[in-house]
Amino acid sequence: MFESLSEKLERSFKILKGHGHITEINVAETLKEVRKALLDADVSYKIAKQFTEQVKEKAMGQNVLTSVSPGQLMVKIVHDDLAELMGGEHVDISMKGSPVIILIAGLQGSGKTTFSAKLANYLKKKKGKNPLLVAGDVYRPAAINQLQVLGEQIGVEVYTEEGSKEPVKIAKNSIAYAREKNYNVVIVDTAGRLAIDEVMMSEIKSVKDTINPHETLFVVDSMTGQDAVNTAKTFHDRLDYDGVVLTKLDGDTRGGAALTIRSVVDKPIKFVGIGEKMEALDVFYPKRMADRILGMGDIVSLVEKAQEQFDTVEAQKLQQKIAKNQFNFNDFLSQIKQIKKMGNIKDLMGMIPGMGKAIKNLDIDDDAFKEVEAIILSMTPKEREDPKILNGSRRKRIALGSGTDIQEVNRLVKQFDETRKMMSVMAKGGGKNMMKMMQRMKGMPQG
Amino acid sequence: MGIFSIFSRNKKEKLDEGLQKTKQSMFSKISKAIVGKSKVDDEVLDNLEEILVSSDVGVTTTLKIIERIEARVSRDKYLGTSELNQILKEEIAALLSENDKGDMLGFDFPKREVPYVIMVVGVNGVGKTTTIGKLAHQYKTSGKSVVLGAADTFRAAAVDQLKIWGERVGVPVITQGMGADPASVAFDTLKSAVASKADVVIIDTAGRLHNKINLMKELTKIKDVMKKVIPDAPHEILLVLDASTGQNAIEQAKQFTASTDVNALALTKLDGTAKGGVAIGISEQFKIPVKYIGIGETKEDLQLFNKTEFVDSLFNE
Ligand SMILES: Nc1nc2c(ncn2[C@@H]2O[C@H](COP(=O)(O)OP(=O)(O)O)[C@@H](O)[C@H]2O)c(=O)[nH]1
Ligand SMILES: [Mg+2]
Repeated sequence: MFESLSEKLERSFKILKGHGHITEINVAETLKEVRKALLDADVSYKIAKQFTEQVKEKAMGQNVLTSVSPGQLMVKIVHDDLAELMGGEHVDISMKGSPVIILIAGLQGSGKTTFSAKLANYLKKKKGKNPLLVAGDVYRPAAINQLQVLGEQIGVEVYTEEGSKEPVKIAKNSIAYAREKNYNVVIVDTAGRLAIDEVMMSEIKSVKDTINPHETLFVVDSMTGQDAVNTAKTFHDRLDYDGVVLTKLDGDTRGGAALTIRSVVDKPIKFVGIGEKMEALDVFYPKRMADRILGMGDIVSLVEKAQEQFDTVEAQKLQQKIAKNQFNFNDFLSQIKQIKKMGNIKDLMGMIPGMGKAIKNLDIDDDAFKEVEAIILSMTPKEREDPKILNGSRRKRIALGSGTDIQEVNRLVKQFDETRKMMSVMAKGGGKNMMKMMQRMKGMPQG
Repeated sequence: MGIFSIFSRNKKEKLDEGLQKTKQSMFSKISKAIVGKSKVDDEVLDNLEEILVSSDVGVTTTLKIIERIEARVSRDKYLGTSELNQILKEEIAALLSENDKGDMLGFDFPKREVPYVIMVVGVNGVGKTTTIGKLAHQYKTSGKSVVLGAADTFRAAAVDQLKIWGERVGVPVITQGMGADPASVAFDTLKSAVASKADVVIIDTAGRLHNKINLMKELTKIKDVMKKVIPDAPHEILLVLDASTGQNAIEQAKQFTASTDVNALALTKLDGTAKGGVAIGISEQFKIPVKYIGIGETKEDLQLFNKTEFVDSLFNE
């Protein structure tokens, strides 16, 4: 019955105590993995580096008193920081102004025209506005037709100037037209342009200076790679845009550009495009985006689950008890309960990448602690608190009450006592003696 | 803390030296670090890593490049910077697939029995239609007769866009209008090209995200219907990739190859600041050559891909 008691105690202890606190050494591997994940997601090289460093500094020394490893906790901290960095409070587009003027800018093929129409549709249907679309892309073949077709689909007028090649004039005239026709929103679509195209960048700057938009939105393809940093910054330097629109998020890109952009320009992501239909527009959810970029959702939810169940203050008290060699059977019992509350142990451990295989042959079932529990439950409160008073007659009574026998009770008490001493040493000595302890535990008599 | 140290066995854990590292030229750094040695310094590798990853080469392919260079250096013992310079470029270029299928390499080719059919595919906005306009211009200029097929019948005004390109470069465009069945447009276009004894046919298709199964199936259908007119068509299935796309391009290549047997790549928008490094890994992994590059929006802005120039460009600021 007690063949794996030492293992059980060891495991319980690990779960109880975690692995100390976050140090450079115990999270070095994790940080590399996190960085690789960010790079695979197309976060800018420099920002990935900077970001992981910052998070590490912040997390350093933090106690890991839950049933997770410092590495896992680190992943969770990274995730939460990511979400925070990209989030903040949701900022709506500005609706002050009559008419409200919105300028759309971005690279070629980023999805500006489609977004312009979606935005018009959204403001009309959801906000009860009366928008006018302006066809300012005079360069790409059939770009004007494209906006006209979309305008017709959503029942929004499109302002065009046949044959004109002057976007600044078109934009200017469109505002006068909107005033005259009592439109309360004007959305100005523009041609795609490269950030390094000086002529084109000056052109859009003069469009902006001429119409003085209340809102300038930078539209960027969510599949963008390392170049996002250049583009987002240059457009920002020239246009000082108010918000970002991430398009084509219905694809399977990890979308690291979102983090890159939030890091280089302090402007919120206001909308995301999630399909080709006119309704396929959504507001931005920072947490979802963090999940998507980091791609370590399993670890994050494992840590969340553990944190839910684990009260840090309690854990600290326990830690102190252990250090003072005062850890008793009551603590042990509540520890077992904690573990059980967290759900199936094997499932929990299986959520950790790379663990699945390692625990496959381990016999961890929910009954792992059943007999131990029975023995402890047969002790009086006093006995649990102070195992030293467990003399022969008390042990006999306990064996009877728990349906086990005296040898088993003896073994549990003996091993509990030994383990407790080790835990105390470990708690004081940090990780240094860990290996030695483990070896000793393994060498313990196995029933 | 470079990514390479993630993988390399014998490199000591070097904790971060911070971001402030000023960007020196790749080769001036390398020259200091390696002359006369048989091992490449961590610092050089870190620097190379930064250059490659920042060009969208991706961690996996960057690692592969580093391994090749390390192997080469330990074998050959290089002596000077110019040699390493050479080795670097050779090893990267070696990953780029060759066109070894006997497809046409230029825009000029001997008269064929049947038209050479090119089907153009890719996600939304990468530059398919523009590339088709430019390709048509190139073939036309080298004396070929070209027919375009407007099988993007989905995106608003896509047919108009191709028609304008047709007018611009002076080649006919076969259309059935918006909303028509794209497979039927492709079929019609091939029929018409065979009848008029055209040399080249280029079929435009609607942009689609590669994770939309039904749209990908539609693409397979468009491809297959062409065989009813010309049994071995399409001869070239050209996947257009936007140079500013990051690692998702790999998934694009995978899915488009799975549904249409892509055998050539075009890399567009290389006139911007994006380097398009992801094409290296794609070309290597899927054994598909990069055939064309797009360098602007006019009809002249298309070139045949040149490995050496491309690799050089990764190292230019
Ligand atoms: N700067 C630049 N823009 C390009 C290039 N190729 C295409 N574009 C632009 O990218 C946008 C989308 O191109 P389009 O051909 O409509 O993409 P499609 O949706 O894949 O057919 C248009 O504004 C094109 O002018 C290129 O090589 N360089
Ligand atoms: Mg198109």
